[in-house]
Amino acid sequence: MASLDRVKVLVLGDSGVGKSSLVHLLCQNQVLGNPSWTVGCSVDVRVQDYKEGTPEEKTYYIELWDVGGSLGSASSIKSTRAVFYNSVNGIMLVHDLTNKKSSQNLYRWSLEALSKDSSPTRVIVSNGDYDREQFAENSVPLLLIGTKFDQIAETKRTEVLTRTAFLSEDFNAEEINLDCTNPRYLAAGTSNAVKLSRFFDKRRDISQETRVR
Amino acid sequence: MSFLVDSIIMFTSQVLFFGFGWLFFMRQLFKDYEVRQYIVQVVFSITFAFSCTMFELIIFEILGALSSNSRYFHWKLNLYVILLVLIFVVPFYIGYFVVSNIRLLQRQKLLFACMVWFTFMYFFWKLGDPFPILSPKHGILSIEQLISRVGVIGVTLMALLSGFGAVNCPYTYMSYFLRNVTDSDILALERRLLQTMDMIVSKKKRIAMTRRQMYQRGEDQNKQTGLWGMIKSVTSTQTGSENLSLIQQEVDALEELSRQLFLETVELQATKERIEYSKTFQGKYFNFLGYFFSIYCVWKIFMATINIVFDRVGKTDPVTRGIEITVNYLGIQFDFFYAISSNKSSNVIVLVLAQIMGMYFVSSVLLMRMSMPLEYRSIVTEVLGELQFNFYHRWFDVIFLVSALSSILFLYLAHKQAPEKQMAL
Repeated sequence: MASLDRVKVLVLGDSGVGKSSLVHLLCQNQVLGNPSWTVGCSVDVRVQDYKEGTPEEKTYYIELWDVGGSLGSASSIKSTRAVFYNSVNGIMLVHDLTNKKSSQNLYRWSLEALSKDSSPTRVIVSNGDYDREQFAENSVPLLLIGTKFDQIAETKRTEVLTRTAFLSEDFNAEEINLDCTNPRYLAAGTSNAVKLSRFFDKRRDISQETRVR
Repeated sequence: MSFLVDSIIMFTSQVLFFGFGWLFFMRQLFKDYEVRQYIVQVVFSITFAFSCTMFELIIFEILGALSSNSRYFHWKLNLYVILLVLIFVVPFYIGYFVVSNIRLLQRQKLLFACMVWFTFMYFFWKLGDPFPILSPKHGILSIEQLISRVGVIGVTLMALLSGFGAVNCPYTYMSYFLRNVTDSDILALERRLLQTMDMIVSKKKRIAMTRRQMYQRGEDQNKQTGLWGMIKSVTSTQTGSENLSLIQQEVDALEELSRQLFLETVELQATKERIEYSKTFQGKYFNFLGYFFSIYCVWKIFMATINIVFDRVGKTDPVTRGIEITVNYLGIQFDFFYAISSNKSSNVIVLVLAQIMGMYFVSSVLLMRMSMPLEYRSIVTEVLGELQFNFYHRWFDVIFLVSALSSILFLYLAHKQAPEKQMAL
């Protein structure tokens, strides 16, 4: 398979939100049986068909880099983590729908990754009070993923969904809400799958462009 | 009249402590998590409040602040409440949350939690047998029994942590132990880490592609039936799956390597930061303190040995030294708790912390008795009954010594291993 270029996507989020399960589901099309702590970074590859169904269809790889750890880690861990943030084509921000703090922490996560700074304390985040301009000028596209969708009671669903809608607006990103233990959410043909392939195709477009230049 | 005033003072201080404990919980312990069950926060704050009140009462005792009747009353009250919390409430909730984390036992949570609690009570009671705490004058469920057991556990914990802290503190602060780390070392290690990640990626690509081809060929195979089809499918998939398992093994080994490299890089970064820190004024100050403190700790270990060897009950109080060391060490302890806590177990961790804290405080009161001049001892002895205080001091010395020696051994081994790994790179 020639012309397989590199598309690197970071998967970021708080400890325990389900990044490893998500990556496993995306790459192996299987549910992760025994999730355990990610030490350092674990990579997995997904084979994606670019422009599926069209005559320009081409197969390429997406590398999903699942970086473990929490925001409160020691600065030595943070500076070591920064090694993984180089030459990134896209970022998937994962948050736990049952835990509000994990959604709030996503601002800091994106800052850490985008600025490759070991102390992202320039912007103090408190419920959306942050500088949107910083995000407007950044060229790395984001995808917002909310996990543990099944654990939200029916009554609270609308409230949670409005909250995530605000988040995705802030990030200027698409959002997907799912449950990593159920492959049904990403089955072919669902709107989630469509969003996902659109996101990955866009990444490839951008990576191709930068290479050609 | 004065009793009422005193009670109001005590009550307000308790409320203050409660609020402080609540804030501490919110800001420090649960910084990154969402509090889902408020009962944990309440229990933690209550334990904290009553523990602090006990210390406050001792201070009042020494200062002669409130009238002695009300002091006596509050002592008793406080002691009963804290014992109730430490023995009944907290262990039950710990059992409950541990059980609710295990998926299998979800159904009968309450039942299992009660079972856990009964097991705890059984062991708690058995604890009394080998120790000389029981005196035949008192009945079974008297306060002396409970306190003596709680005291034993608390003293053991305190001694363990003091021993470890006594050794760990100078080790951390003194720059003598810091290895020399240059920037190029770190860069080289980072490069190796990235190279390993790239290798993992390329191997995983091969696996994914092979699997995809097999899958596609498998679909074609399904159309072919008969002998030819079977033979063809066997031979092709055979080599395919053999290759796959080989590559998968390589990938597993590489992933393990990448984890190791990551951890080593983190350690090097941490060492580099410590070296930089030691060059600042603050660093130099702490370095000096470290030397001082290490001499102090060595002296304490020496004294503990002498006490045991010569069968002497320490005249100097173990509590103040215990408190000094553990107060310095408490900061490091909380880091440990952060490291091992996660979303699921955070409740359990906090409750365990509350339990340890409560037992600490009760045993500190026990040990403090020795250090107080005679006139103040009376009230403590009155309230706590005829416990064998000398026993506790001896026990503290023993555990302290054991803990200090084992942590010296442990740190020595860890220190030795690290430079060896450096050489191997």
